[in-house]
Amino acid sequence: MHTKYAVNPALYSCADMHELSIAYSLVEIASQSAQDAGATKVVSVTLRLGALSGVVRGALEFGYEVATADTLLTGSTLIVKELPVRVYCVECAQVVELLSVQSFRCPVCGTPSGDLRQGRELEIESIEIDVPDKKEAP
Amino acid sequence: MNTRVLEIRKGILNKNDEIARGLRGRLQHAGVLTVNLVSSPGAGKTALLQRTLRVLREQGLHAAALVGDLATDNDARRLAESGVPVKQINTDGRCHLEAQMVSDHLADWDLGALDYLFIENVGNLVCPSSYDLGEDVRVVLLSVTEGEDKPLKYPNIFNSADIAIITKMDIAEACEFDLETASANIQSVRPGMQILTTSSKSGVGMNDWLSCLAHERQSRTLTTADA
Repeated sequence: MHTKYAVNPALYSCADMHELSIAYSLVEIASQSAQDAGATKVVSVTLRLGALSGVVRGALEFGYEVATADTLLTGSTLIVKELPVRVYCVECAQVVELLSVQSFRCPVCGTPSGDLRQGRELEIESIEIDVPDKKEAP
Repeated sequence: MNTRVLEIRKGILNKNDEIARGLRGRLQHAGVLTVNLVSSPGAGKTALLQRTLRVLREQGLHAAALVGDLATDNDARRLAESGVPVKQINTDGRCHLEAQMVSDHLADWDLGALDYLFIENVGNLVCPSSYDLGEDVRVVLLSVTEGEDKPLKYPNIFNSADIAIITKMDIAEACEFDLETASANIQSVRPGMQILTTSSKSGVGMNDWLSCLAHERQSRTLTTADA
């Protein structure tokens, strides 16, 4: 017999605390914006997630389901845009995309660079909302 | 009913970041250099702090420490032996510290009387990397028992730090620790990062660490002269 651990991501990662609390913050911000816009429902949330954000996508997706329960976001879709790390290379005088987060070197010329230009993002880009039509004149 | 897209462009940790910014302003205004220590559990954060606090006290400098821990106050008790103000932040199972927790625990301290504030984060190489605590300097510790490839396994936290300290150098040989490889791995995920080597037991490297702290204070003009 073998033990199966892969039932709940919270059991094998920090999901119960870190990604879950991030999911709750996400829901709070999205709900507030939706409410302010007079929405009755949030259809989807688009998130920008940098490779250095420290957030595990799978754990966040799990947390999202939990955190959206009984909110305007219930049943909504989380769309994650994963962003690679970009640094500025002095030699090439341009922003370049790293091949791996383990190696902060320009993929073109090999010069090390820690001048981060993209990769720490953890932000809501937009939300898709349902807004009731304005009352039509009889 | 019509469906539309609403641009938001807002960071999810904005709230924490704002609190951290306020905190950093307050601490810098009070002339305090704030250091956030992060590492895996057992890398030697408490031991390094014990020695650091003791030496700073001998030098007539005023330091204080906040210690994050999941459940116990063992670390805070160890640090309190050094005779400086120490407060425990019990995270009740949370895997990291947040700026609000730091702010809450500073409420009744006279920041103007301090030169250094050390924050010992929860031992964890993942979650603490996302949370700004209002520190001036983030220091990541790597002990020689952990293996040289830790930086490659946890690039986020190493990349987010300003200084790396390789600890427990007194047992490096027994662990067959390869300093060159470890340093190269740190540089690979954070080019240009300053790397120090210490042993909290023998005291090796402590002088470098203390001058590094003094330098960080000076470079921010957080001098003791007006204290």
